[in-house]
Amino acid sequence: MIAEAGLAALWLAAALALLQFALACLGLNDERTQLRHGVRAVAVVQGLFVALAFALLVICFLRSDMSVQLVVTNSHSAKPWLYKLAGTWGNHEGSMLLWVTILGAAGGLVALLERRVVERTLTATLGAQALISFGFYAFLLFASNPFARAFPVPEDGQGLNPLLQDPGLAFHPPTLYIGYVGMSVAFSFAVGALVTRDVGRDFARAMRPWVLGAWIFLTLGITAGSYWAYYELGWGGWWFWDPVENASLMPWLAATALLHSVTVLATRDGLRAWTIMLAVVAFSMSMIGTFLVRSGILTSVHAFAVDPERGSFILALLALYIGGALALFAIRISTVKEGTQFDLVSREGALVANNLLLSAILGIVFVGTLYPLFAEAVSGDKLSVGPPYFNATAGPLTLALVIVMALGPVSRWRRDELRAVVGRVAIPVLLSAAALLAMVVFAPRIHILSFLGIVLAVGVGAASLAPLWGRNLRRTPMITYGMVLAHFGVAVSLAGMATESAFIKETLVASQMGETHTVGPYKITLKSIEPVAGPNWTALEAELVAQRGDNTPFTLRPQSRMFSNPPTETNEAAIATRLDGQLYLVLGKPDGQGRWQLRLWWKPMVTLIWLGGALIALGGLLSLIGRSLRERGQSLRKAYG
Amino acid sequence: MKRLLLWLPLGAFVVFFGILALGLYAPDDRTHPSKLIGKPMPTFNLPPAASGRPGLTSADLRGQPRLVNVFASWCVPCATEAPVLGMIAQQGVIVDGIAIRDRPQDLAGFLTRHGNPFRAIGDDPASQVQIALGSSGVPETFVVDGAGMIRYQHIGPIGPGDVDTILAKLGAAR
Repeated sequence: MIAEAGLAALWLAAALALLQFALACLGLNDERTQLRHGVRAVAVVQGLFVALAFALLVICFLRSDMSVQLVVTNSHSAKPWLYKLAGTWGNHEGSMLLWVTILGAAGGLVALLERRVVERTLTATLGAQALISFGFYAFLLFASNPFARAFPVPEDGQGLNPLLQDPGLAFHPPTLYIGYVGMSVAFSFAVGALVTRDVGRDFARAMRPWVLGAWIFLTLGITAGSYWAYYELGWGGWWFWDPVENASLMPWLAATALLHSVTVLATRDGLRAWTIMLAVVAFSMSMIGTFLVRSGILTSVHAFAVDPERGSFILALLALYIGGALALFAIRISTVKEGTQFDLVSREGALVANNLLLSAILGIVFVGTLYPLFAEAVSGDKLSVGPPYFNATAGPLTLALVIVMALGPVSRWRRDELRAVVGRVAIPVLLSAAALLAMVVFAPRIHILSFLGIVLAVGVGAASLAPLWGRNLRRTPMITYGMVLAHFGVAVSLAGMATESAFIKETLVASQMGETHTVGPYKITLKSIEPVAGPNWTALEAELVAQRGDNTPFTLRPQSRMFSNPPTETNEAAIATRLDGQLYLVLGKPDGQGRWQLRLWWKPMVTLIWLGGALIALGGLLSLIGRSLRERGQSLRKAYG
Repeated sequence: MKRLLLWLPLGAFVVFFGILALGLYAPDDRTHPSKLIGKPMPTFNLPPAASGRPGLTSADLRGQPRLVNVFASWCVPCATEAPVLGMIAQQGVIVDGIAIRDRPQDLAGFLTRHGNPFRAIGDDPASQVQIALGSSGVPETFVVDGAGMIRYQHIGPIGPGDVDTILAKLGAAR
């Protein structure tokens, strides 16, 4: 019964989305205020129904209801409850339902909360949001029904990919999806503003919190995804330029550019067309990300729905939404008045440079990710584009971007003097010079990108604190703290990436029992290898004793795990975190003569990469809270004079 | 000029969209064709894999066009392919086999259950000849002409629908 109720809720939500779209179209024409209120109400109810459908699917999974096909294929009654829950979205149908749930919930929230834009624009926005939702409802109902029954009812389920049995990954997709779908709200706002020709500061202020919120989740999702790949795959790397990683990086780059341009629009009423364009691009990238991953067009461990029929359905939606928005842009944007002008050397100028660099990086990642597909379509050749391309192209642009990032916050709005701006970052520049000198003396032979990365990280880290200098720290707005923290986080991440790449130590050995090997500052001794058993796996576990100098030795236990259902092997790396880096040990295969392969890594400062990611997200959160507090204060002052 | 610029994003998207559609509708080809097509068979000398059938050497592949089928008893599609190969053999075509990483008792069982269309079966326990042939999986079938040149490669099992193509390729190799 639960599955049928879920399906019914999904149909109702789809019908409500269609109604919402129709009401919005009618409500635009005249002074039909009633209709516009109706659109708001329908949007809220639609959000509730789709949330109900999703909740019912979660219940099916938690109860291991094996009469539902999706549960059979993706769950097993012996799984821990957390992975039963995660099984709901660890598959094609469930993840699409989660996607459309967030889409519907976001629409409902916009309808409930949004008071800043004119009502006609809001109506158009909710109409656009309803149309997007409707397309995805149709996709679920006609091509990917998550509630389909299994017949005959099997005794038990077929499990879930053990690689995905990890608490980090259980919450990775929802986090990313909130980010992706949050971009849909920005997109709908852009469409709404184009429809009513109302591209101005109010519109930007309404859009900004949504962009900021979505961007926080994207940042968290990417950071968590990177850390997951790092400790779970056992390959010892933190970014592989895998198409699926790129699928989440591309919307993030677009969202970061949008976040900065929407601030220019909200504060200075500049960059109107550019902001609209970025909003369209950011959501397009979110959908393309979903499409690439879900259609199996790009082969990857993540592509678990290889199905051209579903692919063509999403492709049609993509054409409709992105093509439609871009056409609307081309027709309407010239009727939008140009915004305020500004000098090249100004806060706006730095933000434009930031936007251009981010867009260029986005273009590079986009081309690199799609080029293999393009080459195969044109010439039939199979090829892949790997880290060398991405590092060589995106690397230098990223370094240029962090320089701009250091200059922007210390520049004045509208116009400034270049000499004055550089003067304000004199101390960071001196610190960078000191770092440069130190590197030339102590580590002259490292890769140029790592070298520049470390030098710049020092300078940018200091420069990002510059907006706080000479201020009364207790009266500094939370928004400023947010920006400072986010920019400082970028410097921290950059420092981690550059230091790890420059000074990583790797030792690959076939080791006998009792043998000792050296990696970085550590001596590692293989003591024993014993079988161990977990709730749904068995493993071989190595006992490795690590000692640094004369300090107390400690034990690390990497495992090579075997899951029986379905049969899969995974590597559980043993990781010891220290203040100056991580020791990362992986147990490999036996060579048949009593020796075992061991991969030993010393990764100096590697944790800074994710610490930086967390700081960036936290900075975003402070800005979001600071802004809503400030706006509440302003509206209270307005109300009570 | 400026108006044109405004349509540029849409134009770029249309191109991108076309590529995606091409990628989606192009047949999903994950096979790796051999680089030896049009070249002579590599030299090899395989011992017999099953009693009652001789082994296979590259020198045997002369005189008449024939099929060289790379298979194994542990390969499920090979079992569905075997009767089709039998049909082809009944039409007077010579079919030679190369058994990959197989055990004699398993192979004997396979030939009893699914028929034995092979004139000769070479035993390739370490896949060495398979790799030399540029074959990446089982089953695979090569059309070899009278001069020992590889003329055609069929990847995957030969189904009843593929028989005409195979016979035509054999005819062309004459």
